[in-house]
Amino acid sequence: MEFAELIKTPRVDNVVLHRPFYPAVEGTLCLTGHHLILSSRQDNTEELWLLHSNIDAIDKRFVGSLGTIIIKCKDFRIIQLDIPGMEECLNIASSIETSQWRLSYVNKEFAVCPTYPPIVIVPESIDDETLRKVATFRHGGRFPVLSYYHQKSKRVIMRSGQPLTGTNGRRCKEDEKLINATLRAGSRGYIIDTRSLNVAQQARAKGGGFEQEAHYPQWRRIHKSIERYHILQESLIKLVEACNDQTHNMDRWLSKLEASNWLTHIKEILTAACLVAQCIDREEASVLIHGTEGTDSTLQVTSLAQIILEPRSRTIRGFEALIEREWLQAGHPFQQRCAQSAYCNTKQKWEAPVFLLFLDCVWQILRQFPCSFEFNENFLIMLFEHAYASQFGTFLGNSESERCKLKLQQKTMSLWSWVNQPSKLSKYTNPLFEANNLVIWPSVAPQSLLLWEGIFLRWNRSSKYLDEAYEEMVNIIEYNKELQAKVNILRRQLAELETEDEMQESP
Amino acid sequence: MEHIRTTKVEQVKLLDRFATNNKSLTGTLYLTATHLLFIDSLQKETWILHHHIASVEKLALTTSGCPLVIQCKNFRIVHFIVPRERDCHDIYNSLLQLSKQAKYEDLYAFSYNPKQNDSERLQGWQLIDLAEEYKRMGVPNSHWELSDANQEYKICETYPRELYVPWTAKKTVIVGSSKFRSKGRFPVLSYYHQDKKAAICRCSQPLSGFSARCMEDERLLEAISKANPVNCYMYVVDTRPKHRIQSWWATQKDIGRIIVRTSSKIRNDEKIRESNEKKRLNAMANRAAGKGYENEDNYSSIRFQFVGIENIHVMRSSLQKLLEVNGTKGLSVNDFYSGLESSGWLRHIKAVMDAAIFLARAIMVENASVLVHCSDGWDRTSQVCSLGSLLLDSYYRTIRGFMVLIEKDWISFGHKFSERCGHLDGDPKEVSPVFTQFLECVWHLTEQFPQAFEFNEAFLLQIHEHIHSCQFGNFLGNCQKEREELKLKEKTYSLWPFLLEDQKKYLNPLYSSKSHRFIVLEPNTVSFNFKFWRNMYHQFDQTLHPRQSVFNIIMNMNEQNKQLEKDIKDLESKIKQRKNKQTDDILTKELLHSVHPESPTLKTSLCFKEQTRLPVNDSLRTIEGSSPADNRYSEYAEEFSKSEPAVVSLEYGVARMTC
Repeated sequence: MEFAELIKTPRVDNVVLHRPFYPAVEGTLCLTGHHLILSSRQDNTEELWLLHSNIDAIDKRFVGSLGTIIIKCKDFRIIQLDIPGMEECLNIASSIETSQWRLSYVNKEFAVCPTYPPIVIVPESIDDETLRKVATFRHGGRFPVLSYYHQKSKRVIMRSGQPLTGTNGRRCKEDEKLINATLRAGSRGYIIDTRSLNVAQQARAKGGGFEQEAHYPQWRRIHKSIERYHILQESLIKLVEACNDQTHNMDRWLSKLEASNWLTHIKEILTAACLVAQCIDREEASVLIHGTEGTDSTLQVTSLAQIILEPRSRTIRGFEALIEREWLQAGHPFQQRCAQSAYCNTKQKWEAPVFLLFLDCVWQILRQFPCSFEFNENFLIMLFEHAYASQFGTFLGNSESERCKLKLQQKTMSLWSWVNQPSKLSKYTNPLFEANNLVIWPSVAPQSLLLWEGIFLRWNRSSKYLDEAYEEMVNIIEYNKELQAKVNILRRQLAELETEDEMQESP
Repeated sequence: MEHIRTTKVEQVKLLDRFATNNKSLTGTLYLTATHLLFIDSLQKETWILHHHIASVEKLALTTSGCPLVIQCKNFRIVHFIVPRERDCHDIYNSLLQLSKQAKYEDLYAFSYNPKQNDSERLQGWQLIDLAEEYKRMGVPNSHWELSDANQEYKICETYPRELYVPWTAKKTVIVGSSKFRSKGRFPVLSYYHQDKKAAICRCSQPLSGFSARCMEDERLLEAISKANPVNCYMYVVDTRPKHRIQSWWATQKDIGRIIVRTSSKIRNDEKIRESNEKKRLNAMANRAAGKGYENEDNYSSIRFQFVGIENIHVMRSSLQKLLEVNGTKGLSVNDFYSGLESSGWLRHIKAVMDAAIFLARAIMVENASVLVHCSDGWDRTSQVCSLGSLLLDSYYRTIRGFMVLIEKDWISFGHKFSERCGHLDGDPKEVSPVFTQFLECVWHLTEQFPQAFEFNEAFLLQIHEHIHSCQFGNFLGNCQKEREELKLKEKTYSLWPFLLEDQKKYLNPLYSSKSHRFIVLEPNTVSFNFKFWRNMYHQFDQTLHPRQSVFNIIMNMNEQNKQLEKDIKDLESKIKQRKNKQTDDILTKELLHSVHPESPTLKTSLCFKEQTRLPVNDSLRTIEGSSPADNRYSEYAEEFSKSEPAVVSLEYGVARMTC
């Protein structure tokens, strides 16, 4: 990508430049493909021409809507730009900051990590050889990779498998180097371990473990326990059982709902995702997330954090991309997890409603921000159905490498190509959608979390009246659009008639 | 005003109820004759009406000051910290006095002045006319007539003056029956179903001893069932749970140790519970106690039915438990649901709903009339009769119809609003959320039938606000007689015209009045259909609510659509005028070249005006709590980084994380 393509705001007026030995100059700031230029546009004042390649580091600060960028140059010079307008300042800053990330093809043959895709994003300064070494130190070869880059704060979410420290506290310099490369000098990051401290400690006996403070002094580790495997599966079985029995009296229903623990899991997952989003957006700190394998709770957290932080992931295409990236490519074992659902009596092995819990969490956020998503509840239900049984190849297999071996791309159809047909999309589009560029913070209080009736009560009670009400809502919105269009046409028509009249009057 | 010692305290902190880290706003607290007012540093005002205060509590002194916790009847809970203990003490004492008035005349309604003259005030009171309502139902008719028996409140003090009874029931029958019924509340008409010719009637429990019978009462019931020409039997619905009538009366009157013994023995044995033996013994126990229910042997053609709604005391403590659970900081999902379960609140709501459904079915399916009673016939009976009518008659699902329903089944039939809401400093055991439960049942119906109601949730919340506010006269006093004595119609204002004036706020944008399917609502009462009513019990805890309201958007859009329709008409007529004028002009020009037509500038300007008036689609969708400025999470970033080593706290209602 050319640098010029990164320039979002090429020109800002009323920028004040402070530099050593010169009085402050007010002028216009321009960004070109190679230079940052500040000119007062007066004949006798010197202009500033700064090569982008001379920029070593930048800092930004805000006082009200006035932003300040401090540019530290490779020749040790430090200059300061006061830029009116928060957005302009952020745009300028993001344009002149240089990329610290690169694509790596180290896993091209799926040799380094069988559950990773062939292409991953890693810090610019880390070479493939280092990645190979780090892979041996992380569970399943899942070395830390970029999951999400937050434009606003320039912080990142990374994910990985657990470090294989074992009982004797093995360390890996390359691993430390890799994740430290994502931090800027002096800043700290957070490691979110999706297991309780206890579970993480126990994992050491099996060769796993967690990052020791001594070896990762720039990182603060937080344990946010999220349940896994059979516990989740049992929770699902209990919940479905409770929902299916219409004879329960109120006490029994409430106690069954409670005993299923489903909403507790929802709350745990959402809380962890909010914590990550908070680190990124409020704390301006980067985050590394892992549990044991890094293929389940890790993905729930990274993907939900993106729903909270990133407006694009709340659009239909953006959400599809999120699932493709954070679930399919990231190696969530759909085949194993979704082999059986709530009714199967045979002994469960790998089944767990990890993806359904994720969808439920998205639904909870959707309920709280009903206008911020381009898709509606039906879209989530459709994805749930296809994850468990589908005529498309999208959710088959447990990883990219399996899907490659199965030649799914040649032999099956993609769910996305079917769903993205305009005729199909209309059913999944949220009529209330209005792009919301803000971070959306959901409430995770138990009073705010609801049972997802569209999934769990779907076959137990008629939703006729609710569906009709939804249709009526759509009608009102459609009618509104129609009326707006008609008013505009009539206005134009009237304006034309008026001009005609005027023309006739003033020959 | 004599109760107010301190009118203003500065540097008071208002704590966030659910924040785990003592987040607070600092501001000034003012005490007026009617309100407690807190203005924070951002000039946001919190008004609390003294009458809304349910309890004031002064907690132990802390380093930052003296905590004062105020719980309100509308479920607002505020937690202040007053820097000086003396000030706190003064405010505490003032609030104790101000929130509990001894006399009706000291209530807000008697000083509230919305700037209306006397005739407007009177018009307001005449807005809801119950005589009209009975006419709408189709009475009087060949079976039912208006009785003048209670014209002077001589037979029953807690009934209204106008009562409808079967025309065959003579005054002697009525008088006789009233003597046989608790508080003289004899069976009268509550709702008449014109199509089915069946009626919902209400009364209090009979005072039947072991063998005592009342011929007049039996005759009155017979008259009621005969007033239904289609069906020869009628249901008598006792809204109380069977076991409670027995144990309550047994202990109340302390009669017959045998009865107590047998009944407790039976209660221990769950299996026999439903057996016939038990039923017989129960009935015996009740009748022995002197009060109870109708003996099927004595009354021809009645079918007796218990529906099992608990009494006011159970309901009061149930709500208390519910509120305790919900007020917990850092509440876990499991604690929430086990609290919800053990409070029994939703079970009670379901019981009321089931009883109402029984009524509606008896009338719709069996074409049978129903007589409803509980003990005194002013709490559970009001709930069940009004909710039953609401299921049957779509009129009660309109804004005006709902007001009529409340006036009829609650206000006129003597639901003791002042005692149940604790308007005056009285017996706390008389306070009970009976009416709140009714509103909640209606809310559940609006959730199941989103298009069946003309009004929205805000309407229910507003009514709930005013049963406690004592700002209007409607809910003051405990019965019509008392209200007349208080001269409420001369001294206070009626709430209804004010609600009607604001009607726009309370309209359900999805309401479909045309569809006939909605004439009878048949709600599904499988337990999973009952949800916790967050917007009632947490109405002031904004952080727990969805950040965007679909409802408001659709409501605004509906409004906008109406405006657009009007604009289209205007534009079309203007265009038509233009076109006509142009043809005219051409004709005129051809005929009279010298005459100039009227200048078009005036119309142009009009047109532009309209353009600016057109609401922009974008402005309709506000995202509450999501702009960085008013997002409550923003302040936390700082704290997050400060709490370096061990604990990180998250604010959206929950979590503490330890490394």
